Amino acid sequence: MNFAEKLRQNLAKSARNLLGGLKSSFGGGKIDASTWQELEETLIRADFGPKFAASMILALKSDRELAHLDGIAEKIAAKIEMILSPLAQPLSLAPHNGKKIILVTGVNGSGKTTSIGKLAFSLQQNYRQNNGGKNPKIMLVAADTFRAAAVSQLQIWAERTGVTCVTAAAASDPAALVFQALDRAKAENYDLVLIDTAGRLNNNQGLMDELGKILRVIKKHDETAPHHSILVLDATIGQNAINQVTQFQAQAALNGLIITKLDGTAKAGILVDLAERFALPIYAIGVGEGIDDLHPFDAREFARNLLDLPPVA
Amino acid sequence: MFDSFGQKITGIFDRLTRRGALSEADVQTAMREIRIALLEADVALPVVKDFIATTTQAAIGQNVLRSITPGQMVVKIVHDQLIAMLEGRLSEPRDGGNQAPTDNALNFRTEPPAVILMVGLQGSGKTTSTAKLAKRITERERKSVMMASLDTQRPAAQEQLAILGRQAKIQTLPIVAGESPLVIAKRALKEAKTGGFDVLLLDSAGRLAIDAELMAEISAIHAATKPIETLLVADALTGQDAVNTASHFDQQIGVTGIILTRIDGDGRGGAALSMRAVTGKPIKFLGAGEKLDALEDFDAERLASRILGMGDIIGLVEKAMSAAEMQDMEQLAAKMQKGSFDLDDFALQLRQMRKMGGMSGLMGLLPGVAKAKRDLQTSGISDRDLLHQEAIISSMTRRERRDWRLLNAKRKIRIAKGSGTDVPQINRLLKQFQQTQKMMKMVGGMNKSAAKSMLGGGALGANLGGAMGGGAMGGGAMPDMSKFPNIAGLGGAGGSPPDLKALLGGGGGGSPQMSQNLNKMMRDLARGPKRGK
Ligand SMILES: Nc1nc2c(ncn2[C@@H]2O[C@H](COP(=O)(O)OP(=O)(O)OP(=O)(O)O)[C@@H](O)[C@H]2O)c(=O)[nH]1
Ligand SMILES: [Mg+2]
Repeated sequence: MNFAEKLRQNLAKSARNLLGGLKSSFGGGKIDASTWQELEETLIRADFGPKFAASMILALKSDRELAHLDGIAEKIAAKIEMILSPLAQPLSLAPHNGKKIILVTGVNGSGKTTSIGKLAFSLQQNYRQNNGGKNPKIMLVAADTFRAAAVSQLQIWAERTGVTCVTAAAASDPAALVFQALDRAKAENYDLVLIDTAGRLNNNQGLMDELGKILRVIKKHDETAPHHSILVLDATIGQNAINQVTQFQAQAALNGLIITKLDGTAKAGILVDLAERFALPIYAIGVGEGIDDLHPFDAREFARNLLDLPPVA
Repeated sequence: MFDSFGQKITGIFDRLTRRGALSEADVQTAMREIRIALLEADVALPVVKDFIATTTQAAIGQNVLRSITPGQMVVKIVHDQLIAMLEGRLSEPRDGGNQAPTDNALNFRTEPPAVILMVGLQGSGKTTSTAKLAKRITERERKSVMMASLDTQRPAAQEQLAILGRQAKIQTLPIVAGESPLVIAKRALKEAKTGGFDVLLLDSAGRLAIDAELMAEISAIHAATKPIETLLVADALTGQDAVNTASHFDQQIGVTGIILTRIDGDGRGGAALSMRAVTGKPIKFLGAGEKLDALEDFDAERLASRILGMGDIIGLVEKAMSAAEMQDMEQLAAKMQKGSFDLDDFALQLRQMRKMGGMSGLMGLLPGVAKAKRDLQTSGISDRDLLHQEAIISSMTRRERRDWRLLNAKRKIRIAKGSGTDVPQINRLLKQFQQTQKMMKMVGGMNKSAAKSMLGGGALGANLGGAMGGGAMGGGAMPDMSKFPNIAGLGGAGGSPPDLKALLGGGGGGSPQMSQNLNKMMRDLARGPKRGK
């Protein structure tokens, strides 16, 4: 048997072990070292990171509520839920909140454009509900002037919801486009402006500076904007998420996150570490490519999934 | 951030006991830190566990050099194992196998068009990588390439590939609205055939490995187009999920290689190890930027350093190792002067040669030897022979290594068995050894630094001499030796030993200038092959 085969077997085994192990937890009795280790490994496999997982287990060990095997996974999930639930803050477009400018950033391919398409749709619904069926004026700004066909992509999303899409020529200055778009939004009394930006890696100084420039343009327009500055994180992300949030925070004044692709196998456990470090609100999660696949973040369901527990009915 | 982590590690390692060979306790203490480092780098847990188990076994009992701590030694061993694993050497049969040395090259050995299918999760970078690959194949392989996007899922995805095609001057399949991915794929294949294209690159829509419907779709496309390469495009920033994704894709459609994108980010890239380990498939390229020429060859060594993140420790150990080698060389030189060159010394030379990049690497250092290199290849002497020769010597007893005359037929059979070789191979080795020994005696009279320089070359000379009857490299055919003084010994032990003194610059023990060159060359040799940055 070669290494890859052996590994695959182990993979399958570890998945089975875990379920078996946690099932047996319902049998009662004291938790032994190997159960703790198994739990720690569950967290690591969910992208908690080794140090954070270890410190979490250490804290849990000293928790007297957790001395018994009975429902141990459930209890840990509940602890994680407690950390995350204050951060579950869905976006809304209620009229009393006033007009909104939302900036969306992230590394390449994380799901920015798709999330904007979905956000436009869900905030449109939200506004209608709050406003007796009246449609809001929504503008999408295609400030990704770099990637091929990024503009067309956003335009198609705009058509799907019947909202405006403002574009510029390929390779033109995105900050200039944002400036024009905000002028127009003000003049024409738009309720919501969603700004799509090009994907950029957090360590690419040139592109991060470009983002800083976009932010300054927005601020020049409205001191209180952007009302939401959202980093879009892909659920498959590992430990690099910490660097990403740190640097986008510094450059784009983040005040919230959207986690995409949670319909896959990735668990995005790094969110718990991020919650402890940055306490950024989680505005929404992406669970598919369809227009209505943007959901509010549900801390309980998320935490249970981290521990391989089924969602509560 | 990683620096302070590195320091912490050194601290812990310093507390380990210092002794000659790595004890189990030493290794296990060090491995606890290694485990954390690998997990921080996003290597998937099951892979980390297996890797640590294998590497622990390999490390226990290894010698610790004098000037470094056991922990540092373990880091170096781990680093080397990581490289081996990333290159797939840990999963290959131990007998050396017959795997081509560059298994990360693309395979085009099929009736054209050679179809390359790109698959992966949403947002992993398939479209950009498709265009980069097309450009590279066009420019470097001089093949005609057509690209087609099968992504009817994401808005404007087909348009994206068409634009990239125009930018890179690569033909793309005209877009027909409303066609299904499978229909597009079949049309692309037909067009590529009639258009006489060498290569057809198919960019597919991103999909989750657990999306049964879309996985069935890609399987059908795979079956219909029979790609010679199916490349999994994956994000280098991926966390623990890398093993799931990679094994699902591999099991369901069979990938032939991996392209790791966003290596220009500041992630540690552990996903590379996870995916390599779980699929056993080579990482063929690294995507390192948004520009269409930002596609790099896979470099295991660089990635290993990045994953482990302990560059300074590795540098330290390597320095210590080369210092130890210098000592070995000094000892050898002393022995040579006394005329007591034995098989142990010969083995040392062989090892040295292998480190310097083996036969082909060494030959590459010589000016004007392209032809000789070809001869060498056709003569069938390979770097594997060096390994065999080392294996033969290490299967001998201590006494045999000191005095080869003890080797009667019975002993030779035993050694052949022990080393997985045969008696004729042993006889060949002994002949080469004797030639080298003879040469060493001749050199014995020279000054020490000149003598040392011969050490790196003796075994090579013997090998080359055997391969080419000595003529090709000897005497008159020698290129300008002043630049490559240590090469002087190369032809020496062949069929017709050249006049060594003459080769070394005419003077008795070599001019002062010459011995300076020799010393420099020695230092270079001891340092080993150049590392990538
Ligand atoms: N399964 C799934 N796919 C998603 C989700 N969100 C986005 N995607 C897909 O991920 C891919 C990348 O999404 P984009 O919205 O283009 O990402 P982006 O961040 O705008 O990409 P760039 O602008 O190229 O940096 C597309 O194929 C999307 O359909 C999600 O929640 N689930
Ligand atoms: Mg986009």
